[in-house]
Amino acid sequence: MKWASFRSALTTAGPALALIGIIAGFAFFDWQQDGESTFLTVRNLRVMVQDVLPVAVAALGMTVIIAAGGIDLSAGTMLALCAVVLAASLKAGCSAGTAMLLAVACGAACGALNGVLIASLGVVPFVVTLGTLGAFEGAAKIVAEETTVRPGRDAIPSWLGRLTSIQNDSLVLGLPGGAWVLLGLAIAVAVVLRLTVFGRHLFAIGSNEKTARLCGVSVGRTKVLVYALGGLLTGAAGVMQFSQLNAGSPTSGLGMELQVIAAVVIGGGSLSGGRGGVFGTLTGVAIVAAIESGGFQLGWSNPVQQIALGAIIVAAVAADRARARSGG
Amino acid sequence: MPAPLLTMHGVSKRYGPTVALDGVDVAAKPGRVLALIGENGAGKSTLMKVLAGAVRPDAGTMTFADSPYAPNGPTAARAAGVAMIYQELNLAPDLSVEDNLMLGRERSTFGLLSRTEQRRRCRAALEKLGHGSLDVRTPVGRLPVGTRQVVEIARAVLDEARVVVFDEPTSSLPRKEAEALFAVIRTLTAEGAAVIYISHFLEEVRAICDDYAVLRDGRAVGSGELKDVTEPQLVSLMVGREVDELFPQVPHTPGEPLLTIDALTGADGTPRGASLEVRRGEILGVSGLIGAGRTELVRAIYGLDAVRSGTVRVNASPPGAGPRGRVRSGIGFVSEDRAGEGLMLNRTIAENATLGRLSPLSRGGFLNPAAPNAAAEGLIRRLGVKARGPRQTVGELSGGNQQKVAVSRVLHQQNDVWLLDEPTRGIDVGAKSDLYRLMGEAAAEGKAVLFVSSYLPELLAVCDRVAVMSRGELVAVRDADQWTAETAMATAIGAGDVSPEQTAQKTAGETS
Repeated sequence: MKWASFRSALTTAGPALALIGIIAGFAFFDWQQDGESTFLTVRNLRVMVQDVLPVAVAALGMTVIIAAGGIDLSAGTMLALCAVVLAASLKAGCSAGTAMLLAVACGAACGALNGVLIASLGVVPFVVTLGTLGAFEGAAKIVAEETTVRPGRDAIPSWLGRLTSIQNDSLVLGLPGGAWVLLGLAIAVAVVLRLTVFGRHLFAIGSNEKTARLCGVSVGRTKVLVYALGGLLTGAAGVMQFSQLNAGSPTSGLGMELQVIAAVVIGGGSLSGGRGGVFGTLTGVAIVAAIESGGFQLGWSNPVQQIALGAIIVAAVAADRARARSGG
Repeated sequence: MPAPLLTMHGVSKRYGPTVALDGVDVAAKPGRVLALIGENGAGKSTLMKVLAGAVRPDAGTMTFADSPYAPNGPTAARAAGVAMIYQELNLAPDLSVEDNLMLGRERSTFGLLSRTEQRRRCRAALEKLGHGSLDVRTPVGRLPVGTRQVVEIARAVLDEARVVVFDEPTSSLPRKEAEALFAVIRTLTAEGAAVIYISHFLEEVRAICDDYAVLRDGRAVGSGELKDVTEPQLVSLMVGREVDELFPQVPHTPGEPLLTIDALTGADGTPRGASLEVRRGEILGVSGLIGAGRTELVRAIYGLDAVRSGTVRVNASPPGAGPRGRVRSGIGFVSEDRAGEGLMLNRTIAENATLGRLSPLSRGGFLNPAAPNAAAEGLIRRLGVKARGPRQTVGELSGGNQQKVAVSRVLHQQNDVWLLDEPTRGIDVGAKSDLYRLMGEAAAEGKAVLFVSSYLPELLAVCDRVAVMSRGELVAVRDADQWTAETAMATAIGAGDVSPEQTAQKTAGETS
């Protein structure tokens, strides 16, 4: 009894312990290098949060999809498409609220399209979303007329720009406003995953789709909803990215899906489905952010950071498997 | 009586807090077949893994042919002359018989395979097992299951194994092929090998084994010669209590028809024109050979597989479409494939038991967090599931307890019609007995139970009526006491509807 609960505590705490270790490591080396720490400062924390917001929000969506046994390779280009839609709508003179709504709706529609294709064609999500990865990028280029869409300064309301700003006058309770939006979304997703019938159904599909069908779960409908919810959050991530860049670029999301998936997997989500949670994912996001920021502080080149992140992904999954095995 | 060829002495193994083996003593003698019996979770598999070198024991010693034996891995065990024939065969289906047999023991000259030499050795091994006519070039995937098993055994012969372990070898075999397997086993013992035979089927054990050893909760609780014990004695050794009634009888009276199927034909032709009535308060058994279409029949009734024609009615009205509609119309289903379809092994008991009916545990789509656990706790108590609690992961339970969780779902869904596909396969005697009682109680409450099984004795003991399927058709439905093992078998193999002399039987729903 004690052993089992200890083990389950370890499974939950594993990524968090890794995060603490990584932060401590960077802080130490950073301090050794400069004699004072630039890594462990409030300012650096704000920079990290600012940088990681789009990935973090998209990772919430990916958590839902991965828990349901799916994968969304199109998340990166979908995010860019949503950012482009937002930029183009603002440029066309829509109000900020309408533009944001359009961007998020665009994400939900793209996700629903993925879900409908997966549920109706019986093609594995990997392949379907590999296809839509290209399609969404194409769509973004069409909307953006193959360039970066820059709405004029006055078309962008200041609060939208401040969402990810770390200027002193933009901070809310010491953090960029987007961080609090992220927290709110995270709580909402956690509630959906843990406390709703929909959440039970999606975990059931991720654990054993046949059992879900047997128990009368509408597998197809649930999958469409899962991908639509994932897309909706990707749309919100697109809003964050626009807020960072003040522009919508059709290629700005390329490769981002891998960071997003990496964050979920580092946080304990299983690509074979049925496992994953908001706490783990946010920890995974923090690990990704810490490696980028810490590596930058230590003067690591971008390739070195990439290698470090790759190693962490494999190590995280290997450690997870080892824990599962030791449970017998 | 010959001296033991292999002895295991004081073998112990713990996994975390779980004691899998606790000082087990077992001895296998040359030229004899030792039956290793016990409930699921009694430690049989662990003991055999120790023997095969796959698991290192915490304590204990082994002696093989008068010298100490402590294999440091499966390869070492095989080299020493210990072979395992597992339940799931370890063959590569796309490779030929020869390639499978020689896998890992290829004969070569300068890296080139010596085909002639290999083929000669393979043929010799198969010859010895009475299967000399088997073409060694056939891909193993094209062979019937029984013949695949012969290939597996031929591997042991090639390794000159002196101890051969069979783990539930007949669970997927038709009776005739089981007989052929017994002949092969006798060949092995005639050559002086010691055979260890693991099985749940006691009459099979009696047919082929000479000695027995019973494991219970990781301890050896009895051993000796089979001719000195009775079946009830063996059963009570296995379960540790007197099972005076292996088939508990709960009085129940069949009433009006509840589930009616009429000329049901599956999209791929199986079942073919099946008509049947299951009444309230009735347990109706479905017997037949593997591949006769029993599983297809229940899956078609449950709306899992597409149907070409025919109707299913519950209480004279058509049920909802698909499994979702069926559950809502009061039909519950337990799959024969517990791990692959029936359960989410990595989720908790509570999640598994309540998935089919979350509505009473939620409001407006939001779950009451405590309700599933509370519901599961009641089910665990009702079915006697041995578990730490409703939050335990199903995959950690023994086979019998997993099956109880699968069946508990039908209870939780409050279904009036129960479709149970092989619910007792591969589970221990105690759990079987519990499930029989549960079926009886369900019938007593006025539910209709359709019970599919490959094990005729349990159908005859538990069911009110038994239907026999053959080649996709429901050939005959009769009161259970109107069947004998012989007539049921003759009907199943398609020798027509063989009626017993006293033909006063009910043949409601019988098709011709």
